[in-house]
Amino acid sequence: MACRVLILRAAGTNGEHEAEHAWTLAGATCEIEHVRVLRERPAMLSGFQILTIPGGFSYGDDIAAGAVFAQDLTLFLADAVRGFVDGGGLVLGICNGFQVLMRAGLVPGVDVGGGAVTLTQNTSGHFEDRWVHLLPTSGCAFSDGDGMLCLPVAHAEGRLVVRDRDVVGAMEERGRIAFRYVDAEGEPGGYPINPNGSVRDVAGLTDATGRVLGLMPHPERNVHLTHHPGWTRLSRARRPDGLRIFSAAVAHFKQ
Amino acid sequence: MVSRETGDGAVDTWRVRVVPRRGDFDVVGVEKLRDVHSLGMGHVLAVRSAKNYELRGRLDEVIVRRLADALLCDVASERAHVARVGEDVPGDVPTVEVFYRAGVMDPVALTALASLRGLVVSWGGSAEAIEAVRTGMRFEVEGVADRAELERIARGVLVSDWVQQATLSGFGRSQEASRWVTEPVAADQTVRTVAIRGVDDDGLNAIARDGDLFLNVEEMRAIERYYRTLERDPTDIELETLAQTWSEHCVHKTLKADVWYEGDDFGRPGQVAVRFDDLLRATIFEATRRLDRDWCLSVFDDNAGVIAFDDVYGVAFKVETHNRPSAIEPYGGAATGVAGCIRDIMGCGLGAKPVACTDVFCVADPRWAVDRLPTGVLHPRRVLRGVVQGVRDYGNRMGIPTVNVAVLFEKRYLTNPLVFCGCLGLLPRDMVSKETRAGDCIVVLGGRTGRDGIHGATFSSGGLTDRHAEDFAHAVQIGHPIEQKRVLEAVLRARDAEGGCLFSAITDCGAGGLSSAVGEMGARLGATVWLDKVRLKYEGLRYDEIWISEAQERMVLSVPPGNVDRLREIATAEETEATVIGRFEETGQLRLMYGDRLVGELDVAFLHDGLPRKKLKATWSRAADVRGEMLPDGVDNKVFLHKLHELNIASKGWVIRQYDHEVQGGSAVKPLVGPGAGPSDAAVIRPVLTSDRGLAIGCGICPTVSDRDPYEMAIWAVDEAVRNVVCVGGDLSRTAILDNFCWGDVTREESVGALVRACVGARDAAIAYGTPFVSGKDSLSNQFAMSEEEAERFDLPRNMEIPGTLLISSMSVVADVKRCVTMDLKRAGARLVHVRSASQTDLDEMYGVHRKVADWIAGGRVLSAHDVSDGGIGVAMAEMCIASDLGLTVDVAGVGDGLDDGVLLFGERPCAYLLEWADGDVPDDPLISVLGTVEQEARLTIDRGGRRVVSLAVEDMRTVWSLALERAMGV
Repeated sequence: MACRVLILRAAGTNGEHEAEHAWTLAGATCEIEHVRVLRERPAMLSGFQILTIPGGFSYGDDIAAGAVFAQDLTLFLADAVRGFVDGGGLVLGICNGFQVLMRAGLVPGVDVGGGAVTLTQNTSGHFEDRWVHLLPTSGCAFSDGDGMLCLPVAHAEGRLVVRDRDVVGAMEERGRIAFRYVDAEGEPGGYPINPNGSVRDVAGLTDATGRVLGLMPHPERNVHLTHHPGWTRLSRARRPDGLRIFSAAVAHFKQ
Repeated sequence: MVSRETGDGAVDTWRVRVVPRRGDFDVVGVEKLRDVHSLGMGHVLAVRSAKNYELRGRLDEVIVRRLADALLCDVASERAHVARVGEDVPGDVPTVEVFYRAGVMDPVALTALASLRGLVVSWGGSAEAIEAVRTGMRFEVEGVADRAELERIARGVLVSDWVQQATLSGFGRSQEASRWVTEPVAADQTVRTVAIRGVDDDGLNAIARDGDLFLNVEEMRAIERYYRTLERDPTDIELETLAQTWSEHCVHKTLKADVWYEGDDFGRPGQVAVRFDDLLRATIFEATRRLDRDWCLSVFDDNAGVIAFDDVYGVAFKVETHNRPSAIEPYGGAATGVAGCIRDIMGCGLGAKPVACTDVFCVADPRWAVDRLPTGVLHPRRVLRGVVQGVRDYGNRMGIPTVNVAVLFEKRYLTNPLVFCGCLGLLPRDMVSKETRAGDCIVVLGGRTGRDGIHGATFSSGGLTDRHAEDFAHAVQIGHPIEQKRVLEAVLRARDAEGGCLFSAITDCGAGGLSSAVGEMGARLGATVWLDKVRLKYEGLRYDEIWISEAQERMVLSVPPGNVDRLREIATAEETEATVIGRFEETGQLRLMYGDRLVGELDVAFLHDGLPRKKLKATWSRAADVRGEMLPDGVDNKVFLHKLHELNIASKGWVIRQYDHEVQGGSAVKPLVGPGAGPSDAAVIRPVLTSDRGLAIGCGICPTVSDRDPYEMAIWAVDEAVRNVVCVGGDLSRTAILDNFCWGDVTREESVGALVRACVGARDAAIAYGTPFVSGKDSLSNQFAMSEEEAERFDLPRNMEIPGTLLISSMSVVADVKRCVTMDLKRAGARLVHVRSASQTDLDEMYGVHRKVADWIAGGRVLSAHDVSDGGIGVAMAEMCIASDLGLTVDVAGVGDGLDDGVLLFGERPCAYLLEWADGDVPDDPLISVLGTVEQEARLTIDRGGRRVVSLAVEDMRTVWSLALERAMGV
């Protein structure tokens, strides 16, 4: 049976169709639903293996990025989502979706975060769209263990900050840092290698189960030969890096 | 926001002040400090920002604190202070507190109110416990000298006067806090009539002036005659409707005028006298008519032009300007400019889905002296920063990639900056046409109507003066991209509803508000509108304000009565509203009702055809002493780097990267390409994700050529727009173009003559190149009158006028995006060739060049291609190196004899390309000259006849080129 993905949207979500396309290329089947529908029928989650919260500006990022969408999850869907993850489901939050997962407490997990981690405005002070290199730093269901990835970021609020330094250590120790920004050689560096000033170059976080991933860069925007900014000078045989994330998740259910 | 006292006396207003925990989290403060410094106050030490939320309701401190921690404050990066309003007194530090003016939409407050109520309910409380929320900002400014300086900072960078109000403290007593809750005020709905019959010309002019109608005496006379035959006087709303419908903004009366032209001939020596019965029809439309391409699906009669994309889809393209609003409120002006253009696409055919945006700005140098600004004029740095942010926030939030960007710098745009916003959309080919049907309900879909944007259409039809900012504050609108995203979702769902589209026609509510939208849709029928049914943001609007308000995020639909309920359901599911406000009917009359009273009644035939045709005289002759481009005589490394540092040449990356140019996942050629992020000539998108078919999008604009000859300027602009799409692999025979004229004072015969020349040039080039115009728009009277004293003191003309500016936007179908070419050098050892026409005026020869280049690219013979435009071949070669990690060694001796190095390397001309030739012989073609070879070493070496002119490391060029704009902007 094909892997089934539920893509949740709210007012201001705008990445649902590109996410759907990427999952489809990876061999999954998708349904896009408004979060209101899931609120009315939380049980529908059991018909899916993967939940995706795509990019965008849910509710206009009013108050804070992802804050209102996260409230939908924590007030009305906390048990359903917890049950979904504990039952083996995967959750992917991309960009604004990562902000939602973070604010809803799903990554990096209450045992290390507990409100002491957040994503705030880029050090540049504004929205930025540019390509970055990512190094997978701990295993999660979305990582194929096949080395670095090249993906675009497009956000204004992707800088991971922590209230206390200890939190970074705890996240590292417990393997919650899934992806880091690095240069083409895999080495860390300042701006723009790390495009937003994220502490310890964190680009993506997972939770204790390794089945939830919040990722600032957009894997769904590197699933076609012509997506890479340098595609006219690259080999046409290569597999687009973004697709690897979706394929790894789909493969997770074939093991 | 409207609220009611509950009467139990327990209503309090609480202030939650949210402060960043660390200075480096306060990016707003950092940015504002930068703005303060750019106002010339380098001594200011710090600006610290905080967000203010004011909550009004039956609330105590414990619950407000809980609400703050749960939602308003992110405890990892922020701290919240809670106090009753009035008790949260700023300290000694000079402080500016900013709130929206009463009546202005505060989107964050609306979201916050709903979410806070949700929290209260989840804790077992009542939603009504919170009555209202408003939001604001607080800025502490350290190091200001006195109150006057704080006021300057507030006005200059912290407050948008027209939509916000501020309280200043820290120097003596603070101003009394203003009331923030608008109490319902019943508007006076008495019908007013205007005595117009028998009034003489002076009186008619006075009526037009006092009512801000922007109608001339002939138009007023036509109105007077009409009412004389009716034997009654017009009501205020009838006059307003005529003024909106007949505004330059809506009907382009200058471009459609009957024009008598005497002056230089077009494209050949000699004089000519010629009449254009309808200038637009005789030129721009004529090109399209004569080309008669079957892939043009809709031209000039809808909100946007539509061409065939593939067998299933058509693609719509529209470009608008939003110049006046952007001059007085850059952020809001540009944001709503984008918003309106996106709505044009949403309202094209039976609704198109926006897939890309474009934007072009014309501004003065951001390094303009701060003490040399005429009253009422904003500093170019503030203008550019504001318009970039406005476009960014609207496009990004709606999830539409902004893919084609240009910024031009010229002194004459100081008082009249130009903001062009474009949008492309995809729609099924069987949904390109629409027809309003008698009996259909008139439905407003989207946001509510407020007092924002009143008189935008008429205001945009006149020139600017130093008093405009004050007089037309109400003409600037506030955008809410998320509301528009909801409307878009609802439109697409209603369009694609099971059993067929739920509506028979749709249009956007833009300039002129409902008066234009309903008027246009009912132009062949008639309609009755019940103005009291229009949903309002707040009470207190008069019926005529409701009719002409340009409140954003609204669409008007013509809906068969049986479909209204399903449309309402869709709207509700998308969290927006659909409201029936009237009915289209075959009466030939536009009847406006408020309650059971008839407040206006107009014959639609008179409304749409009664406008007297303007008659204009036009003259033009080439000035003898036009100062050409300032080019250096000699060129060396230093001069070359200096050229790359010019703002018109330098990278626009600072702007481009602030736009999400990849959202929707269809990006195929980005605006910045290659490892060095060079400037792509055009962007290519793949709007249907499951297909490899693409769309190339480019533009051409060369305003300074107008000084020499607007006829030539138009040809250059079309040529550049065509070169842009050809360079990336666009199909030349499937290329359509759009025109946007921005002109100065069209009351002068020479200025009309210049306009005629530009129109004819655009026509001639379009016909020769086989590129039909499919849509266009104009913005005239881009001029500014300043006082004599200021003109003298600043050494500026009393009447500032922009150069005649024509933006040509181009779109071209790409059969397979995998065959696209980018402008970065690809392979060491490949040859660089220069291709150009011999003549710069023989359009057939020039077409031949474009055709050949397009064929070579399609045939896979070209590794990289770049349009030679601003900065000539010198800059074009540098850009090809900068984009890549390779270098070039060339000899330019063959390019031109007898020219100075400066002219040869930097001179601009139409119809020239640089191509990196793939393996195989370079064709023996007189158009082609081989310049040199691509090198592994990243260095540009230019010789001329064996003499070394330039030898520069690519890295040095890249640094200068990529940082110039950021430096000029002070970032």
